[in-house]
Amino acid sequence: MNKTTPSKTHSDYLLNLRKQTMNVRLSQLLIFVLFFGLWQYSSDQKWIDPLLFSSPQKILTLLADKIADGSIFVHIGMTLTETVIGFLLGTLLGTLLAALIWWFPFLSRVLDPYLVILNAMPKVAIGPILIVALGPNLTSIVAMGILISVIITTIVIYTSFKNVEPNYVKVIQSFGGSKYQCFKEVILPACFPAIISALKVNVGLSWVGVIVGEFLVSRQGLGYLIIYGFQVFNFTLVLMSLLIIALLATLMYQLVEVLEKKLIKNRTL
Amino acid sequence: MAFLQLKSVGQTYFSKQTATTALEDITLSVSEGEFVSFLGPSGCGKSTLLSIISGLIQPTNGTVSLRNQRITEPHPKIGYMLQQDYLFPWKTIKDNILVGLKLQGCLNDERISYALSLMSEIGLSDTLDKYPNELSGGMRQRVALVRTLATNPQILLLDEPFSALDYQTKLKLEDLVSTTLREHGKTAVLVTHDIGEAIAMSDRIILFSTKPGRIFRTFPVSGHLRKRLPFEARQHPDYSVMFQQIWEELEQIEQNDTE
Repeated sequence: MNKTTPSKTHSDYLLNLRKQTMNVRLSQLLIFVLFFGLWQYSSDQKWIDPLLFSSPQKILTLLADKIADGSIFVHIGMTLTETVIGFLLGTLLGTLLAALIWWFPFLSRVLDPYLVILNAMPKVAIGPILIVALGPNLTSIVAMGILISVIITTIVIYTSFKNVEPNYVKVIQSFGGSKYQCFKEVILPACFPAIISALKVNVGLSWVGVIVGEFLVSRQGLGYLIIYGFQVFNFTLVLMSLLIIALLATLMYQLVEVLEKKLIKNRTL
Repeated sequence: MAFLQLKSVGQTYFSKQTATTALEDITLSVSEGEFVSFLGPSGCGKSTLLSIISGLIQPTNGTVSLRNQRITEPHPKIGYMLQQDYLFPWKTIKDNILVGLKLQGCLNDERISYALSLMSEIGLSDTLDKYPNELSGGMRQRVALVRTLATNPQILLLDEPFSALDYQTKLKLEDLVSTTLREHGKTAVLVTHDIGEAIAMSDRIILFSTKPGRIFRTFPVSGHLRKRLPFEARQHPDYSVMFQQIWEELEQIEQNDTE
Protein backbone atom coordinates (compact mmCIF):
# COMPACT_ATOMS: atom_id res chain seq x y z
CA MET A 1 0.00 0.00 0.00
CA ASN A 2 2.69 2.41 1.10
CA LYS A 3 4.71 1.48 -1.94
CA THR A 4 1.99 1.82 -4.53
CA THR A 5 0.76 5.24 -3.43
CA PRO A 6 3.89 7.23 -4.27
CA SER A 7 4.28 5.49 -7.62
CA LYS A 8 0.62 6.16 -8.33
CA THR A 9 0.97 9.88 -7.55
CA HIS A 10 4.15 9.98 -9.57
CA SER A 11 2.47 8.51 -12.64
CA ASP A 12 -0.36 11.01 -12.14
CA TYR A 13 2.21 13.77 -12.07
CA LEU A 14 3.84 12.53 -15.25
CA LEU A 15 0.48 12.22 -16.95
CA ASN A 16 -0.38 15.77 -15.96
CA LEU A 17 2.95 16.98 -17.29
CA ARG A 18 2.38 15.24 -20.60
CA LYS A 19 -1.13 16.70 -20.80
CA GLN A 20 0.22 20.22 -20.34
CA THR A 21 2.87 19.77 -23.05
CA MET A 22 0.18 18.36 -25.32
CA ASN A 23 -2.04 21.39 -24.73
CA VAL A 24 0.79 23.79 -25.53
CA ARG A 25 1.57 21.94 -28.77
CA LEU A 26 -2.10 21.83 -29.76
CA SER A 27 -2.51 25.57 -29.16
CA GLN A 28 0.59 26.28 -31.21
CA LEU A 29 -0.76 24.17 -34.07
CA LEU A 30 -4.14 25.88 -33.79
CA ILE A 31 -2.60 29.33 -34.14
CA PHE A 32 -0.61 28.15 -37.16
CA VAL A 33 -3.64 26.64 -38.90
CA LEU A 34 -5.89 29.57 -38.01
CA PHE A 35 -3.40 32.17 -39.22
CA PHE A 36 -2.72 30.58 -42.59
CA GLY A 37 -6.31 29.38 -43.01
CA LEU A 38 -7.71 32.82 -42.31
CA TRP A 39 -5.13 34.40 -44.58
CA GLN A 40 -6.08 32.04 -47.44
CA TYR A 41 -9.80 32.44 -46.84
CA SER A 42 -9.82 36.23 -46.63
CA SER A 43 -7.69 36.41 -49.75
CA ASP A 44 -10.13 34.10 -51.60
CA GLN A 45 -13.10 36.14 -50.36
CA LYS A 46 -11.34 39.38 -51.35
CA TRP A 47 -11.58 40.70 -47.77
CA ILE A 48 -7.98 41.68 -48.21
CA ASP A 49 -6.37 42.77 -51.46
CA PRO A 50 -4.87 39.56 -52.97
CA LEU A 51 -2.49 41.62 -55.07
CA LEU A 52 -1.00 43.16 -51.95
CA PHE A 53 -1.24 40.37 -49.38
CA SER A 54 -1.17 37.42 -51.75
CA SER A 55 -2.20 34.09 -50.23
CA PRO A 56 -0.45 31.04 -48.76
CA GLN A 57 -1.50 28.96 -51.73
CA LYS A 58 0.03 31.40 -54.22
CA ILE A 59 3.21 31.62 -52.19
CA LEU A 60 3.57 27.85 -52.01
CA THR A 61 2.91 27.48 -55.76
CA LEU A 62 5.58 30.08 -56.49
CA LEU A 63 7.99 28.39 -54.13
CA ALA A 64 7.34 25.00 -55.75
CA ASP A 65 8.01 26.51 -59.19
CA LYS A 66 11.23 28.11 -58.01
CA ILE A 67 12.37 24.91 -56.39
CA ALA A 68 11.48 22.93 -59.50
CA ASP A 69 13.54 25.15 -61.80
CA GLY A 70 16.25 25.46 -59.16
CA SER A 71 16.41 29.25 -59.35
CA ILE A 72 15.65 29.82 -55.65
CA PHE A 73 18.74 27.96 -54.47
CA VAL A 74 21.10 30.53 -55.99
CA HIS A 75 19.40 33.24 -53.91
CA ILE A 76 19.20 31.18 -50.73
CA GLY A 77 22.82 30.10 -51.09
CA MET A 78 23.98 33.67 -51.62
CA THR A 79 22.14 35.18 -48.69
CA LEU A 80 22.95 32.29 -46.38
CA THR A 81 26.66 32.53 -47.19
CA GLU A 82 26.70 36.27 -46.54
CA THR A 83 24.75 35.92 -43.31
CA VAL A 84 26.84 33.08 -41.90
CA ILE A 85 30.09 34.88 -42.70
CA GLY A 86 28.77 38.16 -41.26
CA PHE A 87 27.44 36.39 -38.18
CA LEU A 88 30.65 34.48 -37.45
CA LEU A 89 32.99 37.37 -38.16
CA GLY A 90 30.80 39.84 -36.23
CA THR A 91 30.83 37.64 -33.13
CA LEU A 92 34.51 36.77 -33.47
CA LEU A 93 35.62 40.36 -34.02
CA GLY A 94 33.38 41.55 -31.17
CA THR A 95 34.89 38.97 -28.82
CA LEU A 96 38.44 39.84 -29.89
CA LEU A 97 37.74 43.53 -29.41
CA ALA A 98 36.27 42.82 -25.97
CA ALA A 99 39.38 40.81 -25.07
CA LEU A 100 41.61 43.66 -26.19
CA ILE A 101 39.72 46.18 -24.09
CA TRP A 102 39.78 43.81 -21.11
CA TRP A 103 43.52 43.37 -21.48
CA PHE A 104 44.22 47.11 -21.54
CA PRO A 105 42.01 48.89 -18.95
CA PHE A 106 43.39 52.20 -20.23
CA LEU A 107 41.96 51.43 -23.66
CA SER A 108 38.57 50.65 -22.15
CA ARG A 109 38.42 54.07 -20.48
CA VAL A 110 39.50 55.80 -23.68
CA LEU A 111 37.10 53.92 -25.95
CA ASP A 112 34.06 53.96 -23.66
CA PRO A 113 32.29 57.07 -25.10
CA TYR A 114 33.07 56.02 -28.67
CA LEU A 115 31.53 52.59 -28.11
CA VAL A 116 28.40 54.22 -26.71
CA ILE A 117 28.09 56.53 -29.73
CA LEU A 118 28.80 53.77 -32.24
CA ASN A 119 26.26 51.54 -30.57
CA ALA A 120 23.56 54.20 -30.58
CA MET A 121 24.18 55.15 -34.20
CA PRO A 122 22.02 53.35 -36.80
CA LYS A 123 24.69 51.31 -38.60
CA VAL A 124 22.41 50.77 -41.60
CA ALA A 125 22.94 54.41 -42.48
CA ILE A 126 26.59 53.69 -43.27
CA GLY A 127 25.45 51.26 -45.97
CA PRO A 128 25.80 53.65 -48.95
CA ILE A 129 29.33 54.64 -47.89
CA LEU A 130 30.32 50.98 -47.52
CA ILE A 131 29.12 50.22 -51.00
CA VAL A 132 31.08 53.05 -52.53
CA ALA A 133 34.17 52.14 -50.51
CA LEU A 134 34.12 48.35 -50.92
CA GLY A 135 32.28 48.02 -54.20
CA PRO A 136 28.80 46.67 -54.95
CA ASN A 137 29.60 43.07 -54.11
CA LEU A 138 29.57 40.35 -51.49
CA THR A 139 32.26 42.10 -49.43
CA SER A 140 30.20 45.18 -48.71
CA ILE A 141 27.11 43.11 -47.83
CA VAL A 142 29.11 40.94 -45.43
CA ALA A 143 30.64 44.13 -44.00
CA MET A 144 27.11 45.38 -43.37
CA GLY A 145 26.30 42.15 -41.52
CA ILE A 146 29.45 42.49 -39.39
CA LEU A 147 29.04 46.18 -38.71
CA ILE A 148 25.55 45.82 -37.35
CA SER A 149 26.54 43.17 -34.77
CA VAL A 150 30.14 43.89 -33.80
CA ILE A 151 29.71 46.85 -31.45
CA ILE A 152 26.89 45.42 -29.38
CA THR A 153 28.80 42.12 -29.17
CA THR A 154 31.87 43.96 -27.91
CA ILE A 155 29.87 45.79 -25.25
CA VAL A 156 27.94 42.74 -24.03
CA ILE A 157 30.97 40.46 -23.87
CA TYR A 158 33.28 43.04 -22.32
CA THR A 159 30.69 43.67 -19.61
CA SER A 160 30.55 39.97 -18.82
CA PHE A 161 34.37 39.76 -18.81
CA LYS A 162 34.39 42.50 -16.20
CA ASN A 163 31.76 40.79 -14.07
CA VAL A 164 33.61 37.50 -13.67
CA GLU A 165 34.00 36.68 -9.97
CA PRO A 166 37.41 38.21 -9.09
CA ASN A 167 38.22 35.37 -6.69
CA TYR A 168 38.40 32.91 -9.61
CA VAL A 169 41.13 35.13 -11.03
CA LYS A 170 42.74 35.26 -7.58
CA VAL A 171 42.98 31.46 -7.55
CA ILE A 172 44.89 31.54 -10.85
CA GLN A 173 47.13 34.38 -9.66
CA SER A 174 47.92 32.62 -6.39
CA PHE A 175 49.39 29.78 -8.46
CA GLY A 176 51.53 32.36 -10.25
CA GLY A 177 49.36 32.33 -13.38
CA SER A 178 49.98 35.00 -16.02
CA LYS A 179 47.41 37.42 -17.37
CA TYR A 180 47.03 35.28 -20.48
CA GLN A 181 46.42 32.22 -18.28
CA CYS A 182 43.80 34.16 -16.29
CA PHE A 183 42.05 34.95 -19.54
CA LYS A 184 42.24 31.45 -20.96
CA GLU A 185 41.47 29.49 -17.79
CA VAL A 186 38.87 31.77 -16.19
CA ILE A 187 37.61 34.82 -18.06
CA LEU A 188 36.81 33.11 -21.36
CA PRO A 189 35.23 29.88 -20.05
CA ALA A 190 33.28 31.84 -17.41
CA CYS A 191 31.81 33.97 -20.19
CA PHE A 192 30.68 31.20 -22.53
CA PRO A 193 27.03 31.75 -21.47
CA ALA A 194 27.34 35.46 -22.34
CA ILE A 195 29.01 34.66 -25.64
CA ILE A 196 26.21 32.23 -26.49
CA SER A 197 23.55 34.82 -25.76
CA ALA A 198 25.47 37.30 -27.92
CA LEU A 199 25.41 34.67 -30.66
CA LYS A 200 21.64 34.41 -30.29
CA VAL A 201 21.18 38.15 -30.64
CA ASN A 202 23.59 38.21 -33.58
CA VAL A 203 21.58 35.62 -35.50
CA GLY A 204 18.82 38.22 -35.84
CA LEU A 205 21.14 41.20 -36.33
CA SER A 206 23.25 39.66 -39.08
CA TRP A 207 20.09 38.81 -41.07
CA VAL A 208 19.00 42.44 -40.82
CA GLY A 209 22.45 43.65 -41.93
CA VAL A 210 22.66 41.31 -44.88
CA ILE A 211 19.11 41.90 -46.12
CA VAL A 212 19.58 45.67 -45.93
CA GLY A 213 22.91 45.27 -47.74
CA GLU A 214 21.17 43.30 -50.46
CA PHE A 215 18.44 45.93 -50.71
CA LEU A 216 21.12 48.43 -51.58
CA VAL A 217 23.30 46.63 -54.09
CA SER A 218 22.86 43.03 -54.95
CA ARG A 219 21.72 41.22 -58.05
CA GLN A 220 21.21 37.98 -56.13
CA GLY A 221 19.88 36.83 -52.78
CA LEU A 222 16.67 36.92 -50.81
CA GLY A 223 16.97 40.63 -50.06
CA TYR A 224 17.31 41.24 -53.78
CA LEU A 225 14.17 39.14 -54.41
CA ILE A 226 12.25 41.28 -51.93
CA ILE A 227 13.35 44.54 -53.51
CA TYR A 228 12.77 43.14 -57.02
CA GLY A 229 9.32 41.83 -56.04
CA PHE A 230 8.49 45.25 -54.63
CA GLN A 231 9.61 47.02 -57.83
CA VAL A 232 7.54 44.79 -60.13
CA PHE A 233 4.66 44.73 -57.65
CA ASN A 234 4.93 40.96 -57.10
CA PHE A 235 4.16 40.72 -53.42
CA THR A 236 3.86 36.96 -53.57
CA LEU A 237 7.58 36.95 -54.27
CA VAL A 238 8.22 39.36 -51.39
CA LEU A 239 6.27 37.27 -48.90
CA MET A 240 7.83 34.02 -50.09
CA SER A 241 11.32 35.43 -49.55
CA LEU A 242 10.28 36.64 -46.13
CA LEU A 243 9.02 33.20 -45.14
CA ILE A 244 12.26 31.58 -46.31
CA ILE A 245 14.26 34.09 -44.26
CA ALA A 246 12.15 33.40 -41.17
CA LEU A 247 12.68 29.68 -41.64
CA LEU A 248 16.45 29.96 -42.10
CA ALA A 249 16.89 32.36 -39.18
CA THR A 250 15.00 29.94 -36.93
CA LEU A 251 17.22 27.12 -38.11
CA MET A 252 20.34 29.13 -37.29
CA TYR A 253 18.97 29.94 -33.85
CA GLN A 254 18.35 26.24 -33.23
CA LEU A 255 21.92 25.46 -34.23
CA VAL A 256 23.19 27.99 -31.68
CA GLU A 257 21.04 26.30 -29.03
CA VAL A 258 22.58 22.93 -29.86
CA LEU A 259 26.01 24.53 -29.45
CA GLU A 260 24.89 26.03 -26.14
CA LYS A 261 23.87 22.63 -24.76
CA LYS A 262 27.23 21.16 -25.75
CA LEU A 263 29.30 24.03 -24.43
CA ILE A 264 27.69 24.80 -21.10
CA LYS A 265 26.39 21.59 -19.68
CA ASN A 266 27.26 20.75 -16.09
CA ARG A 267 27.44 24.24 -14.76
CA THR A 268 25.36 26.44 -12.55
CA LEU A 269 26.49 29.96 -13.23
CA MET B 1 66.78 31.70 10.82
CA ALA B 2 63.06 32.14 10.61
CA PHE B 3 61.11 30.29 7.95
CA LEU B 4 58.69 33.10 7.20
CA GLN B 5 59.75 36.59 8.21
CA LEU B 6 57.74 39.83 8.07
CA LYS B 7 59.63 43.06 8.74
CA SER B 8 57.66 46.23 9.59
CA VAL B 9 55.02 45.55 6.94
CA GLY B 10 52.53 48.35 6.37
CA GLN B 11 49.73 48.86 3.89
CA THR B 12 47.97 52.07 2.97
CA TYR B 13 45.02 52.36 0.61
CA PHE B 14 44.34 55.51 -1.34
CA SER B 15 40.98 56.80 -2.47
CA LYS B 16 40.04 60.21 -3.83
CA GLN B 17 39.06 61.49 -0.41
CA THR B 18 41.42 59.74 1.97
CA ALA B 19 44.44 57.60 2.52
CA THR B 20 43.57 54.72 4.86
CA THR B 21 46.23 52.82 6.74
CA ALA B 22 45.07 49.22 6.90
CA LEU B 23 48.18 47.74 8.44
CA GLU B 24 51.02 49.31 10.38
CA ASP B 25 54.40 48.02 11.41
CA ILE B 26 53.73 44.28 11.39
CA THR B 27 56.84 42.35 12.36
CA LEU B 28 56.56 38.65 13.01
CA SER B 29 58.15 35.34 12.14
CA VAL B 30 56.80 31.85 11.70
CA SER B 31 59.00 28.80 12.06
CA GLU B 32 58.85 25.73 9.88
CA GLY B 33 55.97 23.36 10.67
CA GLU B 34 54.26 25.90 12.90
CA PHE B 35 50.53 26.65 12.73
CA VAL B 36 49.84 30.33 13.39
CA SER B 37 46.45 32.03 13.49
CA PHE B 38 45.68 35.69 12.81
CA LEU B 39 42.68 36.60 14.93
CA GLY B 40 40.90 39.91 15.09
CA PRO B 41 37.69 41.83 14.48
CA SER B 42 36.67 42.45 10.89
CA GLY B 43 38.51 45.37 9.34
CA CYS B 44 41.78 44.71 11.15
CA GLY B 45 43.54 43.95 7.87
CA LYS B 46 44.29 40.31 8.61
CA SER B 47 43.11 39.12 5.20
CA THR B 48 45.11 41.89 3.55
CA LEU B 49 48.17 40.70 5.43
CA LEU B 50 47.59 37.20 4.08
CA SER B 51 47.41 38.55 0.53
CA ILE B 52 50.68 40.38 1.15
CA ILE B 53 52.38 37.21 2.40
CA SER B 54 51.12 35.36 -0.68
CA GLY B 55 52.72 37.97 -2.92
CA LEU B 56 49.42 38.96 -4.52
CA ILE B 57 49.64 42.46 -3.03
CA GLN B 58 52.79 44.53 -2.61
CA PRO B 59 53.02 46.14 0.83
CA THR B 60 53.53 49.91 0.90
CA ASN B 61 56.21 49.42 3.57
CA GLY B 62 58.37 46.59 4.79
CA THR B 63 59.31 43.20 3.42
CA VAL B 64 58.15 39.59 3.46
CA SER B 65 60.67 36.84 3.05
CA LEU B 66 60.51 33.05 2.94
CA ARG B 67 63.81 31.41 3.89
CA ASN B 68 65.53 34.78 3.43
CA GLN B 69 64.19 35.05 -0.10
CA ARG B 70 62.08 38.15 -0.60
CA ILE B 71 58.50 37.59 -1.75
CA THR B 72 57.37 40.08 -4.37
CA GLU B 73 55.07 37.89 -6.47
CA PRO B 74 53.17 34.60 -5.98
CA HIS B 75 55.68 31.90 -5.13
CA PRO B 76 55.26 28.17 -5.90
CA LYS B 77 56.19 27.30 -2.31
CA ILE B 78 53.25 29.29 -0.97
CA GLY B 79 49.73 27.87 -1.24
CA TYR B 80 46.66 30.04 -0.81
CA MET B 81 43.18 28.87 0.17
CA LEU B 82 40.23 31.24 -0.06
CA GLN B 83 37.08 31.68 2.03
CA GLN B 84 35.04 29.73 -0.45
CA ASP B 85 36.22 26.89 -2.62
CA TYR B 86 36.05 28.77 -5.95
CA LEU B 87 36.34 25.54 -7.87
CA PHE B 88 35.88 26.23 -11.56
CA PRO B 89 32.38 25.03 -12.42
CA TRP B 90 33.34 24.30 -16.03
CA LYS B 91 36.14 21.91 -15.08
CA THR B 92 35.83 18.39 -13.69
CA ILE B 93 37.07 17.79 -10.14
CA LYS B 94 40.19 16.16 -11.58
CA ASP B 95 40.97 19.16 -13.80
CA ASN B 96 40.26 21.44 -10.85
CA ILE B 97 42.81 19.81 -8.56
CA LEU B 98 45.41 19.77 -11.35
CA VAL B 99 44.96 23.43 -12.29
CA GLY B 100 47.87 24.64 -10.15
CA LEU B 101 50.28 22.12 -11.67
CA LYS B 102 49.07 23.05 -15.13
CA LEU B 103 49.64 26.76 -14.47
CA GLN B 104 53.10 26.14 -13.08
CA GLY B 105 53.94 23.97 -16.09
CA CYS B 106 54.78 20.85 -14.11
CA LEU B 107 51.96 18.52 -15.06
CA ASN B 108 53.93 15.26 -15.05
CA ASP B 109 52.92 11.73 -14.03
CA GLU B 110 54.63 11.93 -10.66
CA ARG B 111 52.86 15.15 -9.63
CA ILE B 112 49.52 13.93 -10.98
CA SER B 113 49.71 10.72 -8.97
CA TYR B 114 50.63 12.76 -5.88
CA ALA B 115 47.50 14.89 -6.37
CA LEU B 116 45.38 11.77 -6.88
CA SER B 117 46.81 10.20 -3.73
CA LEU B 118 45.78 13.33 -1.80
CA MET B 119 42.27 12.86 -3.15
CA SER B 120 42.09 9.34 -1.77
CA GLU B 121 43.57 10.58 1.52
CA ILE B 122 40.61 12.91 2.00
CA GLY B 123 38.26 10.23 0.72
CA LEU B 124 37.00 11.80 -2.49
CA SER B 125 38.64 9.60 -5.14
CA ASP B 126 35.28 8.65 -6.57
CA THR B 127 34.36 12.23 -7.47
CA LEU B 128 37.16 12.86 -9.98
CA ASP B 129 34.97 12.82 -13.07
CA LYS B 130 32.18 14.86 -11.48
CA TYR B 131 31.64 18.59 -11.72
CA PRO B 132 31.78 20.89 -8.66
CA ASN B 133 28.01 21.53 -8.61
CA GLU B 134 27.45 17.83 -7.93
CA LEU B 135 29.37 18.06 -4.63
CA SER B 136 28.34 19.41 -1.22
CA GLY B 137 29.96 22.52 0.29
CA GLY B 138 32.19 20.50 2.63
CA MET B 139 33.32 18.19 -0.17
CA ARG B 140 34.10 21.16 -2.38
CA GLN B 141 36.24 22.80 0.29
CA ARG B 142 38.11 19.49 0.72
CA VAL B 143 38.75 19.46 -3.03
CA ALA B 144 39.99 23.06 -2.76
CA LEU B 145 42.42 21.89 -0.06
CA VAL B 146 43.74 19.22 -2.41
CA ARG B 147 44.04 21.78 -5.20
CA THR B 148 46.20 23.94 -2.92
CA LEU B 149 48.30 21.00 -1.68
CA ALA B 150 48.77 19.48 -5.15
CA THR B 151 51.53 21.92 -6.05
CA ASN B 152 53.30 20.81 -2.85
CA PRO B 153 53.69 24.22 -1.18
CA GLN B 154 55.74 24.48 2.01
CA ILE B 155 53.46 27.00 3.61
CA LEU B 156 49.67 27.23 3.42
CA LEU B 157 47.77 30.47 3.78
CA LEU B 158 44.19 29.81 4.87
CA ASP B 159 41.81 32.75 4.57
CA GLU B 160 38.80 31.81 6.74
CA PRO B 161 38.46 28.57 4.79
CA PHE B 162 35.67 27.21 7.01
CA SER B 163 33.53 30.32 7.36
CA ALA B 164 31.09 29.43 4.57
CA LEU B 165 30.35 25.96 5.97
CA ASP B 166 27.77 24.74 8.47
CA TYR B 167 29.02 24.11 11.99
CA GLN B 168 29.22 20.33 11.88
CA THR B 169 31.03 20.26 8.54
CA LYS B 170 33.36 22.94 9.84
CA LEU B 171 34.36 20.89 12.91
CA LYS B 172 35.00 17.82 10.77
CA LEU B 173 37.02 19.80 8.26
CA GLU B 174 39.14 21.39 11.00
CA ASP B 175 40.22 17.90 12.07
CA LEU B 176 40.88 16.85 8.49
CA VAL B 177 42.93 19.93 7.61
CA SER B 178 44.85 19.73 10.88
CA THR B 179 45.70 16.04 10.35
CA THR B 180 46.61 16.51 6.70
CA LEU B 181 48.88 19.47 7.34
CA ARG B 182 50.58 17.74 10.26
CA GLU B 183 51.17 14.54 8.28
CA HIS B 184 52.74 16.45 5.41
CA GLY B 185 54.72 18.71 7.76
CA LYS B 186 53.28 21.93 6.34
CA THR B 187 53.60 25.36 7.87
CA ALA B 188 50.28 27.20 8.00
CA VAL B 189 48.89 30.66 8.60
CA LEU B 190 45.15 30.77 9.30
CA VAL B 191 43.08 33.94 9.21
CA THR B 192 39.90 33.72 11.25
CA HIS B 193 37.50 35.70 13.40
CA ASP B 194 36.45 32.55 15.23
CA ILE B 195 38.26 32.40 18.62
CA GLY B 196 37.44 28.71 19.12
CA GLU B 197 38.79 27.74 15.74
CA ALA B 198 42.03 29.63 16.35
CA ILE B 199 42.57 27.95 19.75
CA ALA B 200 41.67 24.47 18.53
CA MET B 201 43.90 24.54 15.47
CA SER B 202 46.98 26.64 16.15
CA ASP B 203 50.31 26.58 17.94
CA ARG B 204 50.30 30.33 18.33
CA ILE B 205 47.60 33.00 18.03
CA ILE B 206 48.33 36.56 16.98
CA LEU B 207 45.63 39.00 17.97
CA PHE B 208 45.16 42.12 15.81
CA SER B 209 43.69 45.46 16.79
CA THR B 210 41.88 47.68 14.31
CA LYS B 211 42.37 51.09 12.68
CA PRO B 212 45.12 50.68 11.77
CA GLY B 213 45.72 46.92 11.98
CA ARG B 214 48.51 46.23 14.44
CA ILE B 215 49.69 43.23 16.40
CA PHE B 216 47.93 43.60 19.72
CA ARG B 217 49.07 40.50 21.56
CA THR B 218 50.49 37.05 20.91
CA PHE B 219 49.20 33.94 22.69
CA PRO B 220 51.13 30.67 22.66
CA VAL B 221 48.71 27.72 22.78
CA SER B 222 49.40 25.22 25.55
CA GLY B 223 50.99 21.89 24.71
CA HIS B 224 47.92 20.00 25.92
CA LEU B 225 45.83 21.62 23.23
CA ARG B 226 48.45 21.48 20.53
CA LYS B 227 48.91 17.73 20.59
CA ARG B 228 45.17 17.11 20.34
CA LEU B 229 42.99 17.20 17.26
CA PRO B 230 40.90 20.37 17.05
CA PHE B 231 37.68 18.60 18.03
CA GLU B 232 39.26 17.04 21.13
CA ALA B 233 41.03 20.26 22.00
CA ARG B 234 37.65 21.93 22.27
CA GLN B 235 36.76 19.56 25.16
CA HIS B 236 39.95 20.25 27.14
CA PRO B 237 39.79 22.50 30.24
CA ASP B 238 42.65 24.68 28.91
CA TYR B 239 40.45 25.54 25.96
CA SER B 240 37.81 27.46 27.93
CA VAL B 241 40.45 29.26 29.99
CA MET B 242 42.16 30.49 26.86
CA PHE B 243 38.85 31.33 25.21
CA GLN B 244 37.96 33.54 28.17
CA GLN B 245 41.35 35.25 28.09
CA ILE B 246 41.17 36.07 24.37
CA TRP B 247 37.54 37.11 24.67
CA GLU B 248 38.47 39.75 27.22
CA GLU B 249 41.31 41.06 25.06
CA LEU B 250 38.93 41.36 22.12
CA GLU B 251 36.47 43.29 24.28
CA GLN B 252 39.31 45.64 25.18
CA ILE B 253 40.09 46.22 21.48
CA GLU B 254 36.45 47.04 20.82
CA GLN B 255 36.39 49.48 23.71
CA ASN B 256 39.51 51.22 22.44
CA ASP B 257 37.81 51.50 19.07
CA THR B 258 34.73 53.23 20.39
CA GLU B 259 36.66 55.70 22.48
